[in-house]
Amino acid sequence: MIYADNAATTRMSDAAIEAMTACMKETYGNPSSLYGIGQKAKEALEGARDEVVKAIGAEDYREIIFTSGGSEADNQAIRSAAEFGKQAGKMHIISTAFEHHAVLHTLKKLEKEGFEVTLLDVHENGLIRPEEVESAIRPDTCLVTIMYANNEIGTIQPIREIGAICRAKNVLFHTDAVQAIGHINVNVKEDNIDMLSASAHKFHGPKGTGFLYVKKGIKITNLIEGGAQERGKRAGTENVPGIVATGVALKEAIDNLEKNAEITQKKRDRLIAGLKEIPHSAINGDENSRLPGNVNFCFEGIEGESLLLLLDDKGIQASSGSACTSGSLDPSHVLLAIGRVHDVAHGSLRLSINEEITDEEVEYIIKSVKEVVEYLRSFSPIWRDLVAGKKEFIL
Amino acid sequence: MSLYSEKVMDHFRNPRNVGVIEDANGIGEVGNAKCGDIMKMYLKIENDIVVDVKFETFGCGSAIASSSMATEMIKGKPLSEVRELTNKAVAEALDGLPDYKMHCSVLAEEAIKSALEDYERRKSEQA
Repeated sequence: MIYADNAATTRMSDAAIEAMTACMKETYGNPSSLYGIGQKAKEALEGARDEVVKAIGAEDYREIIFTSGGSEADNQAIRSAAEFGKQAGKMHIISTAFEHHAVLHTLKKLEKEGFEVTLLDVHENGLIRPEEVESAIRPDTCLVTIMYANNEIGTIQPIREIGAICRAKNVLFHTDAVQAIGHINVNVKEDNIDMLSASAHKFHGPKGTGFLYVKKGIKITNLIEGGAQERGKRAGTENVPGIVATGVALKEAIDNLEKNAEITQKKRDRLIAGLKEIPHSAINGDENSRLPGNVNFCFEGIEGESLLLLLDDKGIQASSGSACTSGSLDPSHVLLAIGRVHDVAHGSLRLSINEEITDEEVEYIIKSVKEVVEYLRSFSPIWRDLVAGKKEFIL
Repeated sequence: MSLYSEKVMDHFRNPRNVGVIEDANGIGEVGNAKCGDIMKMYLKIENDIVVDVKFETFGCGSAIASSSMATEMIKGKPLSEVRELTNKAVAEALDGLPDYKMHCSVLAEEAIKSALEDYERRKSEQA
């Protein structure tokens, strides 16, 4: 089996699994309890928090709130900025058309509550232009929220420049860094980030754990009311085993980041070169400002779900932005946002690899995708019309 | 637990009656690329019997399987029976489809109906 869907989730690292099970067996106390095993759990929790502080270049352990994952962190960051913005009479938020649904759907709700939302164009290459952020900022803007790297097409945004603009204009800046943390260098200070969301299972940690970074001095509200955990900002007994494993996985990812990124990027580039040989195909998203493990293509004349099922038969696990894989009628909002028309957006394939993939596996993927695309085209009425000249090729 | 029944996967992996009939006397195409499904049915009808049927489909696994199953269900059958084919019968023959994929079986029924209409039209034009 070749697992090429690391943007969906990753396999937990052995060290993270070990840390997690050890914690469950031995450090099962409640961090809020004052006796020995409770305080041991508290120590483990704070140790993990220190790892997060180090990993993202935060200043203080009080800037980290552990959450159930990236979605919760996104919700809390945006809800907080909106609530305090509203109190100050600022009800305008800037974001982009290709954010994760955790962001887009939260913004949709805020619109119903009277907020105005500007979604910036992501252009054909899937990159936000900082000058367009600048010109979108208004006196009543309370938040700019732009993802660090896109989850489908892997494009890495000019976060540092955008952050600098927000600082200069005195507007809060949040970034959903779920796909970036542990894969590329992220430093909240250097990148001028006020709030940042991350999810552990994207960097070989466990599912159900993530964190929100909130720069000192920025006010935050609760999504979950209750006890005083996480300095009163996130109630509920902490998921200590998950958090401990998050700390271990993150440290591992950061320690090996440069090395792994270099290896992964080479394999990615070979995959891209190989898949480009398929006629009437196109890569989605900028080729240079791109996550080391992301490959995303559209193939004209075929549909993504059948492509995925046949690749699965060949032992390759991947993903697609086709409508049929999402359970809705529309294909991926990300592909539509970069200007792909429905017809070709349905025929997309995302491979998200890591450093463990071998050269042989890369070649096998290329060969397999070529075969499957050719096979599906052989009985596609669209392909027949395109080849016969009855329709014009889009790609 | 998998998305599709074994029957669906069998018809998806080994679709029956794939291709084109050059001298078809009833051709129907339904769906559109925007929605991600297009089905094209080619019928060869002689003496009110579907003597041959072929299909081409652009679409997901259940769309391909539905087309394949539908062709099997009408091949060699008299038109009176073919006209009665419903999407439900196609879905049942596939041991069911997920709720949000039922439209694939509807497309199969519509593709056959559309091909039958084309056949009737051609016949009336000849007459």
